[in-house]
Amino acid sequence: MKFVQNIFDQTRPLVEKDGKRNILYPLHNAIETMAFVPDHTAHSGAHVRDAIDLKRTMVTVIFAMVPALLFGMWNIGRLHFGAFGEESTLLDNVIFGAIKLLPLIIVTYAAGLGVEIYFSWKRNHPVNEGFLVSGLLIPLIMPVDIPLWMVAVSTIFAVLIGKEVFGGTGMNLLNPALTARAFAFFAYPTWMSGDKVWINTTSTEGSQLVDGYSGATALGDLATTVGQGMGNPATETVMAQFGPEGTYSLANAFLGLIPGSIGETSAALILLGGLFLVFKGVGSWRIMVSFFIGGFVMAAIFSAFAVNEFMGLNPLHQLMLGGFMFGMVFMATDPVSASQTATGKLIYGFLAGFFGIMIRVFNPAYPEGIMLAILFMNVMAPLIDHYVVEANVKRRAKRLANA
Amino acid sequence: MSTEVKTKESLFSKKNQQLLKDPFNDNNPITVQVLGICSALAITVKLEPAIVMSLSVMFVLSVGNVIISLIRNLIPNRIRIIVQLVVVASLVILVDQFLKAFAYDVSKQLSVFVGLIITNCIIMGRFEAFALGNGPWKAFLDGIGNSIGYGVILIAVAFVRELLGSGQLMGAQIIPLSWYIDMDKGTGFYANNGFFLFPPMALIVVGMIIWAQRAKNTKLIEEN
Repeated sequence: MKFVQNIFDQTRPLVEKDGKRNILYPLHNAIETMAFVPDHTAHSGAHVRDAIDLKRTMVTVIFAMVPALLFGMWNIGRLHFGAFGEESTLLDNVIFGAIKLLPLIIVTYAAGLGVEIYFSWKRNHPVNEGFLVSGLLIPLIMPVDIPLWMVAVSTIFAVLIGKEVFGGTGMNLLNPALTARAFAFFAYPTWMSGDKVWINTTSTEGSQLVDGYSGATALGDLATTVGQGMGNPATETVMAQFGPEGTYSLANAFLGLIPGSIGETSAALILLGGLFLVFKGVGSWRIMVSFFIGGFVMAAIFSAFAVNEFMGLNPLHQLMLGGFMFGMVFMATDPVSASQTATGKLIYGFLAGFFGIMIRVFNPAYPEGIMLAILFMNVMAPLIDHYVVEANVKRRAKRLANA
Repeated sequence: MSTEVKTKESLFSKKNQQLLKDPFNDNNPITVQVLGICSALAITVKLEPAIVMSLSVMFVLSVGNVIISLIRNLIPNRIRIIVQLVVVASLVILVDQFLKAFAYDVSKQLSVFVGLIITNCIIMGRFEAFALGNGPWKAFLDGIGNSIGYGVILIAVAFVRELLGSGQLMGAQIIPLSWYIDMDKGTGFYANNGFFLFPPMALIVVGMIIWAQRAKNTKLIEEN
């Protein structure tokens, strides 16, 4: 450790203001902050002492994502071998998944950090940790078979337009990870939806796909039932998949044994991460709970007035599918783009969940309504906060007048 | 109204040149005044309609500016907007008929947006702000200048959108077809960016042009 510290200490004069290589200062600073706790302290004024800083917050979120990440890795392998009807061990699955997932993560970080470092160098401020979480979130919400350069383009777009134009970390209006996904979704719809990208089916030694193989996601299959009416025999085979014995049964959806974006499938492990975030005080329980309630209310309304099988799905089942859980725990709770006030968070979360299910069911062409709903509520968050604060001001003014 | 003030100004004096140059950068109708955005979003998916649109606006704006400037002392102030509308509408009908007769395909593509030149904010804006207070020659130059400023942005946006969104320029394939990913055969490495076909991307492209312009031309940055 001392040795690493020495390297930083020795090179520091070179990159400081009058140094020969001061152009490299942000890079030096970034690597140093990553390696050691920075010794920056506030010099004046009263301030709250708190061990939690940006770096610790970000790392906590990363830890919370690890279960979903590992599961996603395993699931990639499981689905791949399953598609060919091959036997595979846990290790096979994880190794295959790692081979598919690691390049995605590396490309995302390289693209995103490249833009970040360029801007911090241009604007002459240290690189901050803002991209650490986004860079891991982006691979988790992509399908496994998306070409790497598409991920890179989406990431660059998200960091540039979603974040840097507003002034960088902490200033962004939109969640950068979701911006990347939305960009990819609209730019390359063939690789972001349909039934070809969710399961890797590059075969090795001439193996054949099993009979009845379908690469669709649960929501993709559900979308085919729209317009067929309830209890139509044509939809029977699809709906059988959602029964207790089917591929998309409630238990499978909860555990995550279904195709989908890499990290979004396992509701159980995402919830575990969510609990960790709430326990650590990093994620807002208000947003998560109200998000869940919002989605549940909408799904319950739909199933009460169902005119097709998509609407009629059991509300709880509906929430376990697609990106709902992932959006609830990791996307909606982004502290920068969410509402800031306590009441605002409740409203924000509720509406995001509510609209998410609404978009998904009303427009089956957008199975990831959750993404659009959260982005929409990101934009609305400052407005919600404004009215919450105004209401509070009014209430207190009234109390003052009465006193 | 003394006569000695009326020294003859040359046709392309410094001032008149400025009328042509200003709207190109410092006072660009789209990126600085943020006018005419609607058509910049709507008809920039392909290059060809964007060029035709720019030419149409150039015709309507320059001729309209001259007409308004000629009759500026006859127009009663209270009904000037109606008079301006009549002038624009007649010119737009001319353009529309002309396109239908000689460029039917483009006219089909532009559809309602030819008619909507009437509501293009740049045109009414220049009538109000310039033609009503200046002579016909100056008004003509102003019209040409502003429509070039408008057209340059329009064509730039359309260039980016057609190239990245469809891989074509003026309808001709630019990106080799063999580059495109064929999922069934497993060949190729490239795909068109469908986002560029949506109007929001045009807005983002315009925004990035504004960004680049302000980075170069710092006097455009407002203080706040």
